[in-house]
Amino acid sequence: MASYENLEKIANNLRVEVIKMLKEAKSGHPGGSLSACEILTALYFKEMNVDSNNPNWPERDRFVLSKGHAAPILYAALAEKGFFPKEELMTLRKIDSMLQGHPDMKGTPGVDMTTGSLGQGLAAANGMAIAGKLDSKEYRVYALLGDGEVQEGIIWEAAMLAAHYQLDNLTVFLDHNGLQIDGWNRDVMNIEPIDEKFKAFGWYVINIDGHSFEEIFMALEEAKNTKGKPTIIIAKTVKGKGVSFMEDQVDWHGKAPSEEEAAKALEELGGVF
Amino acid sequence: MANMIATRDAYGEALKELGEINKDIVVLDADLSGSTKTAVFKKAFPERFFNVGIAEQNLMATAAGLATTGKIPFASTFAIFATGRAYEIIRNSVAYPKLNVKIAATHAGLTVGEDGATHQALEDISLMRSIPNMVVLCPADAVETKKCVFKAAEHNGPVYIRLGRSKVPVILDEDYEFEIGKSVQLRNGSDVTIIATGVMVAKALEACDKLAEENISARVINISTIKPIDKDIIIKAAKETKGIVTVEEHNIIGGLGSAVAEVLAENHPAHIVRIGTMDTFGESGDGNKLLDKYGLNAENIVAKAKELLNK
Repeated sequence: MASYENLEKIANNLRVEVIKMLKEAKSGHPGGSLSACEILTALYFKEMNVDSNNPNWPERDRFVLSKGHAAPILYAALAEKGFFPKEELMTLRKIDSMLQGHPDMKGTPGVDMTTGSLGQGLAAANGMAIAGKLDSKEYRVYALLGDGEVQEGIIWEAAMLAAHYQLDNLTVFLDHNGLQIDGWNRDVMNIEPIDEKFKAFGWYVINIDGHSFEEIFMALEEAKNTKGKPTIIIAKTVKGKGVSFMEDQVDWHGKAPSEEEAAKALEELGGVF
Repeated sequence: MANMIATRDAYGEALKELGEINKDIVVLDADLSGSTKTAVFKKAFPERFFNVGIAEQNLMATAAGLATTGKIPFASTFAIFATGRAYEIIRNSVAYPKLNVKIAATHAGLTVGEDGATHQALEDISLMRSIPNMVVLCPADAVETKKCVFKAAEHNGPVYIRLGRSKVPVILDEDYEFEIGKSVQLRNGSDVTIIATGVMVAKALEACDKLAEENISARVINISTIKPIDKDIIIKAAKETKGIVTVEEHNIIGGLGSAVAEVLAENHPAHIVRIGTMDTFGESGDGNKLLDKYGLNAENIVAKAKELLNK
């Protein structure tokens, strides 16, 4: 079994940054940032071919954060990767900041698509994948969806399109933490069986534990070897993962921690202000 | 008798020509390629044509993704679905990131005809011109349509091009020079100014001739770039004539008339009468007869111009 000690360390650092950032911003979305932490760590620190010195490098792999409200984890990853100085993280959501409440590709180096309005990122990722095919480029396109997000109709328009155009250069993660603003998916609007739905739409579907690097990389490998269809990796995750009092708590979808709560969270994560 | 060509037909031909000289042009449609005329491009460059199915939101967001890679997507469907159903995708995924997507929407206005109110976009100019970064073009005829398509491709950023279904007279010469943001005075006149856009420009010229028979000298201005609007030509007309009549195949709220009124109010207040649909929906019927019924014809322009002069 491979060791992912280094990636685990990075993931923990990113969690620490998310907590610090949100405490400073006094608003934002911790729950869905923390649940996607291992997925973004795996992509940015091992899987994806990107160059922080040349963010718009045409041959780069692309990442679309379709669940744009998880911007803090994306910003933490981009800063850690060197796309911009880490000090910028403390300006999140403040006037004149390069770090908008939801990702802005024009303002933030490394952000490949402007997102925030749910559902649109998957279709944009399709566009990038089509362009890659058209020009016989080697790059791959990755997107991260929220599980509440799949209630948007455009997701299924885009799901049809990706299969129709056989976009096997597209790999999508579903951050399946089960919670959305108003509660559990199953209570708000049931999305299950989500794997069967994507299968029926012509996708290759892999179910994994979204906090296991081993499973994430095995799935990514499988996705690359799957030809003629797009792959969706349904990652079972825990909302608020890593901070005990945030885990599985819907209240932490879109609320920033207070000084005390942040201190408690950082203590658990072994981070410091 | 002028040559009659629908602007959507000119669009299809222009796209094909553009596709030949620019390999970055890609075209997307939502199951209406025969009607929007993107099928002409599809036939010439099938590998660069993408049908997204009956899914207009998907149409716009997919085009946005293509644009991030350097492609120049032209996304086409009927104006009502492009600007209505996909409005928020255009705003957030195309215009906000200033992506290089060209939205060429056909079947705008009453001249959709028999399909009726659900298919007659009378609010699209209003919706598109209130979005930051968006350029709004509404060509008057086939000649101008072709030039709009080429200039839109040169422009770096989102452009909305409003096109029609029905055949309209060719009124501009081939050597006419179109520039985004620049409007053109088609007739000089000193009594009243008629400012028109799209298929109403031909009606404005017809009205000008009728007014001349009554010794009324009408200036005619074709505003094909509704945003950014050519303020100078409007202010000059306000200064040099006694009043302005605007004419558009669109609701009088939010379209050309509103844009002209805004310029006048802030720069040179003048008498203005807006001709358009009077905050109503359309209905089924022959396109030209609908224009008559809703007052979008030369006779009504003449009447309104005369009323204005008698003020």
